[in-house]
Amino acid sequence: MSTPQTLFEKIWNSHLVQPQTDATPAVLYIDLHLVHEVTSPQAFTELRERGLAVRHPDRTLATMDHSTPTTPRGSDGIIPVTDPQARAQLTQLETNCADFGIPLYRLGSENQGIVHVIGPEQGLTQPGMTIVCGDSHTSTHGAFGALAFGIGTSEVGHVLATQCLLQSQPKSCEVRIDGTLHPGVTAKDIILAVIAQIGIGGGTGYVFEYTGSAIRSLSMEERMTICNMSIEAGARAGLIAPDETTFAYLKGRPHAPQGADWETAVAYWRTLPSDAGATYDHTIVLDAEQLTPMITYGTNPGMGMPVTGHVPDPAQATDPSQRMALDKALHYMGLEPGQQLLGKPVDVVFLGSCTNSRISDLRLAAEMLKGLRVAPSVRMLVVPGSQQVKRQAEAEGLDDIFRAAGAEWREAGCSMCIAMNGDELLPGQYAVSTSNRNFEGRQGKGGRTFLASPLTATATAITGVVTDVRELLVQAI
Amino acid sequence: MEPITTFSAKCVALPNENIDTDQIIPARFLKATDKAGMGDHLFADWRYDADGQPNPDFVLNRPEVQGAQVLIGGNNFGCGSSREHAPWALQGYGFRAVISTYFANIFNNNALKVGLLPIVVDTETYYELVSMVEEDPTTAVTVDLTQQTLTLPDGRKIAFPIEPFAKHCLVNGVDQLGFLMGEEPAINSYESQHMPRIRTTD
Ligand code: SF4
Repeated sequence: MSTPQTLFEKIWNSHLVQPQTDATPAVLYIDLHLVHEVTSPQAFTELRERGLAVRHPDRTLATMDHSTPTTPRGSDGIIPVTDPQARAQLTQLETNCADFGIPLYRLGSENQGIVHVIGPEQGLTQPGMTIVCGDSHTSTHGAFGALAFGIGTSEVGHVLATQCLLQSQPKSCEVRIDGTLHPGVTAKDIILAVIAQIGIGGGTGYVFEYTGSAIRSLSMEERMTICNMSIEAGARAGLIAPDETTFAYLKGRPHAPQGADWETAVAYWRTLPSDAGATYDHTIVLDAEQLTPMITYGTNPGMGMPVTGHVPDPAQATDPSQRMALDKALHYMGLEPGQQLLGKPVDVVFLGSCTNSRISDLRLAAEMLKGLRVAPSVRMLVVPGSQQVKRQAEAEGLDDIFRAAGAEWREAGCSMCIAMNGDELLPGQYAVSTSNRNFEGRQGKGGRTFLASPLTATATAITGVVTDVRELLVQAI
Repeated sequence: MEPITTFSAKCVALPNENIDTDQIIPARFLKATDKAGMGDHLFADWRYDADGQPNPDFVLNRPEVQGAQVLIGGNNFGCGSSREHAPWALQGYGFRAVISTYFANIFNNNALKVGLLPIVVDTETYYELVSMVEEDPTTAVTVDLTQQTLTLPDGRKIAFPIEPFAKHCLVNGVDQLGFLMGEEPAINSYESQHMPRIRTTD
């Protein structure tokens, strides 16, 4: 009998063009390469300078998302790009894709959207694949049981030219979450709790595999939310074994296998889950029953706590570096040690980003907002992750609910997650955001971000202050 | 790429933990399509005030640290996004190496690709270096990549780890893309044995 293998090992081993040696890293084959405007231009320049072609335009797909405005279309149906630098970057991507034969989802076109939303949506993200993108949240695609991770621009060039990467084998870590979530507690709260427990460097050097009954019962969109934030714990990638939920999601999508190919593919996908007896280098265990809605108070995603919690006191930190980090974070955030965030007024609520901008996120928010209004003191932006999500939401009338509540209904893109496209916080403003990063200035210079789930964000939009969504749910019953 | 073997340089310390890539270079500077001028935006939100004037309290703006080529940064340096703009900005500013107790994975890979040395030291050495630099801003170290040693001002040599292949490339000026291109026969043979799993062009 062969040695039991983990899901990660199976994918890794089946993509080895050359195994790792003492002197050289492995040469790893890449099945799908996703490209966007921000991290690719310098890689194409390198290709041009060396006179190289793209080896597999047919395993490459480009979209526009980061520097694209999400402001509503003009009467001509076109999304106006007013920032000359952004326009130059988008034009550059058009030229690069045209010159090298790469399919491109242009701004405003039918399939355009955030790179990590469109891969799964088109059925391009499939179990057992290796997927890379010049973007750290490529870990999102791991929800399908694909090995997916972010790379830098030099590596984007490597994959464009050779469809391969030089990689050392990471270690594996099982993150097991058993039990049933309480009402008001979501996938976002699971991952915020994991990161709060192990810290933002806690997963460095590891590939996570999320297991356990709590994970198995999540939908694909919820699984993507979890895998998306693996990188916020420093992990190289996050994986979830494919199962019936995965197959049901993929069936019938434009790029999913069809007919007899579908049967062959599913048969292969069923061989992927970790074998009984396979071992991990490390294990982390969490109990879903113990989890509550989470919120971050600081300037990295590891600085999180239950929404009812109190901001920690730097004086209690044992390590001097940690004390300094916490001091600095609270100073930036304008918070006091021991303070509760519950009841704190916020200026902006951002519902969007590759963590939480899919149709199920929008449905949850709309259901809660229906017939209610966003507090007058709050600006709420609702930014669908893709044009397809946007169309679906509009077909269901969700946009009307958001507009009627006083929220802004926008075009698809990264928007205020990264503040390089015109959507940003003003200095000193507080936001509850469904995105994945609360670093200083991430949502705009001087802006202060509390990361939370779409439910917590929507509840906060309604009341105007940081709210425990469970209280609103109780009232609703 | 220019081979790197050994160099001596002045150090500057920024002893914060978890210095993320959004601090190293904020996203609004990522709209460029080349690498030019990235050094001007290094640590932009800490380095300049609201009017774009140098913030006198920020360490890189102090006259005594000018010319430093080695940055000492807190644990988990370079966490966050995959932007290679972070090492480009550090390099563009003039840094040749960063010393920390831990580097985030993608930053580490990116830095090695562009020839910015990520040097991992133990916590004790880290704190020692930080206090040396704080006491004497002219503190310099010698980096010897061939020997994988860091020589402190008092002559002590500290060994540091580095992935053998990355070291080979940096010391000999080997171009990693060129190396991968040399794997073409193996790539061809892999492709002939594996059906493509998807076609984006269909
Ligand atoms: S939504 Fe935010 S985290 Fe996701 S790809 Fe865009 S910028 Fe990155």
